[in-house]
Amino acid sequence: MKNKRSLRFLAVLGVFSLVAAACGDGGVEFEAGELGAVTVEAGEDIQIRSLNAISGEVAFLGIPNERAVRMAVDDYGQIHGHDVSVGTGLDDLCSAEGGQQAAQTIVSDDEVVGVIGTSCSGAAEGAMPLISEDGLVMISASNTAPNLTSDLEGTAGSSYFEGYYRTAHNDLFQGQAAANFVYNNLNLTQVALIHDGDPYTNGLTTAFENAFEELGGTIVLHTAVAREQTDMVPVLTEVAAEGPELIFMPIFPAEATFLVQQAGDVEGLENVEWMGADGISVENFMNLPESENMYFSGPDTQFASNTNESTDLSGDQFLADYESEFGEAPSADFWGHAYDATTMLLEAIEEVGVVDGDVLHIDRLALREALTAITGYSGLIGEISCDEFGDCGSSVISIFQHNNLADHQASKANILYTYPES
Amino acid sequence: MSTELAPEVAKTRRFKFNWVDSFLWFVRVAAIIAITVGIVGSFQNFAAGEGPSAVAWRDLIISSISTGSMYGLIALGYSMVYGVLGFINFAHGEVFMSGTMVGLISATLLFNNGFWESNPIISIIVVLLVAMITSTLVAIVIERVAYRPLRGAPRLIPLITSIGVSFFVQYTFAGLFGVAIRQYPPSPPRLAADLTIFGTTFPISGTRSLVIGVALVSMIGLWYFVTKTKTGSAMRAVAEDKEIAGLMGIDVDKTIVTTFAVGGAMAGVAGLMWALLFRGVDFLTGFLPGIKAFTAAVLGGIGNLPGAMLGGVVLGLFEGVGPLLVLGGLGIPGVSQLKDAVAFAALVLVLIFRPTGLLGERLGSEDRV
Repeated sequence: MKNKRSLRFLAVLGVFSLVAAACGDGGVEFEAGELGAVTVEAGEDIQIRSLNAISGEVAFLGIPNERAVRMAVDDYGQIHGHDVSVGTGLDDLCSAEGGQQAAQTIVSDDEVVGVIGTSCSGAAEGAMPLISEDGLVMISASNTAPNLTSDLEGTAGSSYFEGYYRTAHNDLFQGQAAANFVYNNLNLTQVALIHDGDPYTNGLTTAFENAFEELGGTIVLHTAVAREQTDMVPVLTEVAAEGPELIFMPIFPAEATFLVQQAGDVEGLENVEWMGADGISVENFMNLPESENMYFSGPDTQFASNTNESTDLSGDQFLADYESEFGEAPSADFWGHAYDATTMLLEAIEEVGVVDGDVLHIDRLALREALTAITGYSGLIGEISCDEFGDCGSSVISIFQHNNLADHQASKANILYTYPES
Repeated sequence: MSTELAPEVAKTRRFKFNWVDSFLWFVRVAAIIAITVGIVGSFQNFAAGEGPSAVAWRDLIISSISTGSMYGLIALGYSMVYGVLGFINFAHGEVFMSGTMVGLISATLLFNNGFWESNPIISIIVVLLVAMITSTLVAIVIERVAYRPLRGAPRLIPLITSIGVSFFVQYTFAGLFGVAIRQYPPSPPRLAADLTIFGTTFPISGTRSLVIGVALVSMIGLWYFVTKTKTGSAMRAVAEDKEIAGLMGIDVDKTIVTTFAVGGAMAGVAGLMWALLFRGVDFLTGFLPGIKAFTAAVLGGIGNLPGAMLGGVVLGLFEGVGPLLVLGGLGIPGVSQLKDAVAFAALVLVLIFRPTGLLGERLGSEDRV
């Protein structure tokens, strides 16, 4: 009996291996994992996609991201004899709907292996359910909302989906950094928070609130403005009534502009300090005279001497290449993150890709595992190690004071505080 | 016989229970109670020295009135077109936007050669003229190209067309000017300071007093135009009945063009006010003020010109002061984020109490402005 059963088992195994061999055209045996695999035929390109905010008021964030993706693909070169194609840049519109629509386009194309995006946390919330369901991976360069990954203590965030990774920091770090700075360095204890309902802004103000109250400070008001809102006098009146010493408003340039410009019309805000985050440490906002002396938190961008191990490119060289190709400096701070996200993805594809004659098989599950397993990868942004919820960022946050209206780079170098404190 | 029956009929009617009516009564009563409690709470807070100071309340009210008068000026365009053609011209917000966007060119030119600082009043008049002319032209072109071919079509068709026109104008401007937000130069120092007349300083900035003043003057001018001039009478006649007006020898097409032109000019004035109040403009600038102004027109009673202006100011006050005064008094924190919700809830409430708007809507064959 026992023998018969094992014989039958062997026979079944034999049939299976024959089938597998037949499918593999007699070359190397390749069996797709439970998420399936992408097969790149001879002479075809490996397809990845860029999904960033490239239109509208947040285009300043997405355009350098997409450009960095393309630069990384060019620098990296071929993978197992196949070129890598980014295709047409997709637009996340910086909204959940935009992210979802673009994700629909991506998942309907079976040849796509992975996505670099989104620019905005809100868009990731729309895109990830589809991307994850389809077995793809998505690496974001600039999503920072905590709920997209985890609370850093082992609990998945409310919008965490498998297959999601990011090289941007988790805003729990940024909230902590900003709170430490305000409480310990500025010695202020009364803070008002303004977000705009977006997961990025709301996530960051909430992280700040928790960290700041932990330190012993008081949040006098936690309020919001609407996207596209222009009349800020009511909200500022409400803020002024609570008598904060500092207003932390990690929002986007349009609304932040109206806030600082109309603050002059509201009594009681004359001596208040203003602080923003990476969403507004951008050219058009920093050009405003009202933004002078504001504090800004954001990812540390002192990447000059860091080197990406896949392409041997340094931060300085990247900026020089960018300048010569596009005639301007990157308009936001996540170019390094986007570059590293892309080389990480390409590196992982190279690692898990199975060459089968002229054909390349890329197993989707193996790709996820390879990304999760990344430790000690040297990128432009520093050393990259991914945790089980996809947080791969180096998470160094710096805070600068904008003391030079004419030269933003000089302002950005005026760093008053760096987190983690060394 | 009939005299005996009548009370019975009345009786059965009186006691007939209706869920919808009772619900509406419940909403009315609840709204009144909530608003009263909220306002009383705010006054108590104020007396206890909490919440915004007296100066802050005053500034808030002034700023709300100035925003509201801008809504009112845009609302005039909605109301006039509705009165004459009976449809909502959703592209009117874009007429307003085109005025601010083109006004920006002239303002930037004036600022760059220093004229803006040295002659603020003349500069503002120049920008005002540019904005008015642009808006007027855009309104006339829209009428000629998009609406006139649809004259006589069911009302829904020009309505949908107007939404299409709205997108067309938006993206035309996005193509011409780019999608970035562009900034008007800051108000000249003389205007930004508090208003001083004959040595007396009033606690209102020159900019805001100018905005409110310009709105008042425009409204009075429009009122005179519609009620006292021949063209105004023609407009009212066409609004009453296009066919009869035509038979009476009124050039209906010309009158309709005039209506669009005047509405456009008012939107151009509002465009200048936007520039003075908020400074930042982009191709989507017209959308939200357009919706708000439409709300204001309905609030005041659509088709009714003083109603549009009043509706604008009331809406401005509702959304500016309302959240803090009512919700703040109820002890809800962070209420200013509910600004838009409060504005539209106020619209619903006003329409529950007065279905025809504050001053009553003027329609078809009813009496008219």
